Amino acid sequence: MTDEPLLRVSALSKFYGSRVGCENVTFDLWPGEVLAVVGESGSGKTTLLNCLSTRLLPSSGTASYRMRDGQFRELYRMSEAERRFLMRTDWGFVHQNPADGLRMTVSAGANVGERLMAVGDRHYGKIRATAVDWLSRVEIDEDRIDDEPRAFSGGMRQRLQIARNLVTGPRLVFMDEPTGGLDVSVQARLLDLLRGLVTDLGLAAIVVTHDLAVARLLSQRMMVMKDGRVVESGLTDRVLDDPRAPYTQLLVSSILQV
Amino acid sequence: MPTPLVVSDVAKSFTMHLRDGIRLPVVAGVSFSIQAGECAVLGGPSGAGKSSILKMLYGNYAVDEGQIIVQHDDGLIDLATASPRTVLAVRRQTIGYVSQFLRTVPRVSALDVVAEPLVERGEEREAAREKSRSLLAELNLPEKLWALPPATFSGGEQQRVNIARGFITEHPILLLDEPTASLDARNRDVVIALIAAKKAAGVALLGIFHDHDVREAVADRIIDVTAFAAGKIAA
Repeated sequence: MTDEPLLRVSALSKFYGSRVGCENVTFDLWPGEVLAVVGESGSGKTTLLNCLSTRLLPSSGTASYRMRDGQFRELYRMSEAERRFLMRTDWGFVHQNPADGLRMTVSAGANVGERLMAVGDRHYGKIRATAVDWLSRVEIDEDRIDDEPRAFSGGMRQRLQIARNLVTGPRLVFMDEPTGGLDVSVQARLLDLLRGLVTDLGLAAIVVTHDLAVARLLSQRMMVMKDGRVVESGLTDRVLDDPRAPYTQLLVSSILQV
Repeated sequence: MPTPLVVSDVAKSFTMHLRDGIRLPVVAGVSFSIQAGECAVLGGPSGAGKSSILKMLYGNYAVDEGQIIVQHDDGLIDLATASPRTVLAVRRQTIGYVSQFLRTVPRVSALDVVAEPLVERGEEREAAREKSRSLLAELNLPEKLWALPPATFSGGEQQRVNIARGFITEHPILLLDEPTASLDARNRDVVIALIAAKKAAGVALLGIFHDHDVREAVADRIIDVTAFAAGKIAA
């Protein structure tokens, strides 16, 4: 295991005019670590995720990422082309709505294959074989490979989006409410799948969710956000079993027991 | 041989912000150490703070004051102030924990629930499963259950899965939170034998056992938790 983090975030803030998106967020993320960012709607967690994944530029603060050559690069000083390349190869982004992360009018196989071609794969047979392999890893039958995601259920679309993101062997994956809007039984299957993939591939991930059960299942560490600020952070089970901040106590005490 | 676990002057309280910020003191001045190869038992009535002490030692509860010094990775770590990443490494390598209840994960089989801590320590999955099988057999869990997720198991069956998960690794420190509470006499004896084997292997054990017979059988020494009472303040 390496002793250097994969991502270093320091005093990151994003303001929309005078309104706070997120403010003064600082943390390190190590390879293989899953960090959950929780909070209610409007707490700034999605703004933070978008800044980290460079889909938004922050108002101030820095984030540096350890490239495959071991060198740290300041994300917001990279050129647009460099950032796009990172996004296509070393990173993944799983959207809450699969339609935002998939191309709905090309086949499932092409959705997965496209990311491979983006990193320079050109051999059709190899791309198709890899696509088949990935579809099976996310439990989509091979005979659906030529279907468009439009014909898939919500849970299948989400699994396809995950395959599309992981096929290039990224080291860091951003997830925005990956199980939002799915039935609980579908959620359980997806969570189990994500858990297995993250462990097997040694991925680092930042998962935004408002669902504390999802956070407990997927993450080792957790940040709780309110009004754009991190109000508590630490080991996921520590934050959930011994919440210290008033807002975290409110969140934890609001979970419905079944 | 250095002492694997030294606890000094640890204090813990809960502040209930949703109840006008009242403070509930749990324990204070907690000090003891555990030697390799001994099994110490936390004694005292319910509510005295026994589980809270175990949870602090596992990093599951935050510590207000004091130190929890653990022999980890050829060095000493203070768990009371360690970073989350360090606590995770200590859990992987040094401190094992058998909780009172199994927290189940949907769709993961009992066999893999038990094998998981070994896989996390870098053992081959198949080798880990093999050890998992032999431990589950030793604990008399019917073989037909091994491939099923434990969510629908009975209390006693879940607890045996939990025990197997805690005992499968060679952590030098093992914390046990009432591992025998819902077991029948035959399986209690299995757990007593497992604990004896850990002691013989030089593991430092700290446990909570309400069952008198089990406590008699495993305890080298009782640590009276009422001595660490923080003096409950009326709410």
